[in-house]
Amino acid sequence: MDESKTGITLLDPTSESTPTKRDLSPRSASIGGLTIGLLDINKPRGDVFLDRLEEHLGQRGATVLRFAKPTFTKPAPADLRHQIATQCDAVIEALAD
Amino acid sequence: MTVDPGRIDELRVRFGGSSLNSRRVEVASIEDETEMIFQRGWTDGLPVVPPTASRVLRMLEGTTRQPDEVVALVPPNLVECTVEKVAINAVMAGCRPTYLPVVLAAVEAVCTDDFNMHGILATTMGVGPVLVVNGPIAKRIGMNSGVNALGQGNRANLTIGRAVQLVVRNVGGGRPGGVDRATHGSPAKLSFCFSEDEAGTPWTTLAEDRGFDRNSDVVTVFCGEAPRILVDQKSRSAESLVQMLAEGLRASISHDVVMGMDGMLVISPEHMARFRDSGWDRERFMTELAPHLMIDLAEIQLNRSGDLGQESSENNADLKLPKFRPGGLLVVHAGGSAGLFSAVVGGWLNGPMGSEPTSREITP
Repeated sequence: MDESKTGITLLDPTSESTPTKRDLSPRSASIGGLTIGLLDINKPRGDVFLDRLEEHLGQRGATVLRFAKPTFTKPAPADLRHQIATQCDAVIEALAD
Repeated sequence: MTVDPGRIDELRVRFGGSSLNSRRVEVASIEDETEMIFQRGWTDGLPVVPPTASRVLRMLEGTTRQPDEVVALVPPNLVECTVEKVAINAVMAGCRPTYLPVVLAAVEAVCTDDFNMHGILATTMGVGPVLVVNGPIAKRIGMNSGVNALGQGNRANLTIGRAVQLVVRNVGGGRPGGVDRATHGSPAKLSFCFSEDEAGTPWTTLAEDRGFDRNSDVVTVFCGEAPRILVDQKSRSAESLVQMLAEGLRASISHDVVMGMDGMLVISPEHMARFRDSGWDRERFMTELAPHLMIDLAEIQLNRSGDLGQESSENNADLKLPKFRPGGLLVVHAGGSAGLFSAVVGGWLNGPMGSEPTSREITP
């Protein structure tokens, strides 16, 4: 076989895609005055954790918006991601059990 | 060619190689290609068959589909996957070209939103796609539905399941430690694929039960963990055996999981003989099984203390629910002719919240 003359040639089994690199949004120096989204992924007791976070964030002057994924087993729907991105300065996603 | 049949591969590459669009990766003459493939992260931890153009072209002879046809968007990265990419990964897995139609259909099934491969990877539970093949193709390509059907030793079983996993890894980008976050994982995540022993069962097949014609070639994918053996070497009647199998099924995943996760029951020929002797068909078996799978919720709550117990409502005290949701127990016949064992494969979250068992017809 001609491909064995120098070393063999293989076919790439991957998607051959290069992920787009995006910079992180600028970090805020303080919490006061920010709108912070709390995303509940819908696991048991995630709300317990997020309720406590909401309390703390409120005390530090943040406005809190609550969001929830329909199910933790699938990625958040595009509309939900868009809503969070356009309404919030930052988001905290809660994993729980 | 008549004096040197091996030349057909060379000619195929020379004249058919241009139909392949994948990037060519050259291996240096002093480089070991197997090691190079490991270094690039293209394997599941076992060595693979190097995917040369001649091997991939030979693999593509196994299907009438065009190499550039898109088969599916493969999770988690939702990347368009062509027949060619599936063929490359099938070569690596060790498939014969005749297996390719099964791999293609399985990739289609695994990549549906219903099956939810993204969630199956991302979950900390050690589950993966379990493939069951029905129809004449299983025998034709040499799949094993008999001795050690769920184990090692059969090329078709092992490499078809492996090829699907390699597609998810290499094309979809689903890798352990990346999107795959399984706490323990499972040997079943390497390859878990078998065919149903159709000739040996008096019952309708799994595919028939799921609405397909008996002569159709069908692959069913089920999100499951590794199999667990259900032992009953004492029952001499169908009534006794169904009760014993139910005991095992009730413990699938956890005694406390009710209706939330599906299961697959793999009945062995010797266990099936009890039902055959009693004249039970699939429907009768499911009817007889149902009352034994009713779970008393109060019983579960008695065993609970702490936070989860508080979540249980006292109103549930008298409530009984079936272990599996309607249609949530898949029943297959497979295994060697000797052995009074069946097996249960526990599932994962079912329905729109998790994963739906998904069947696809296998086409040439």
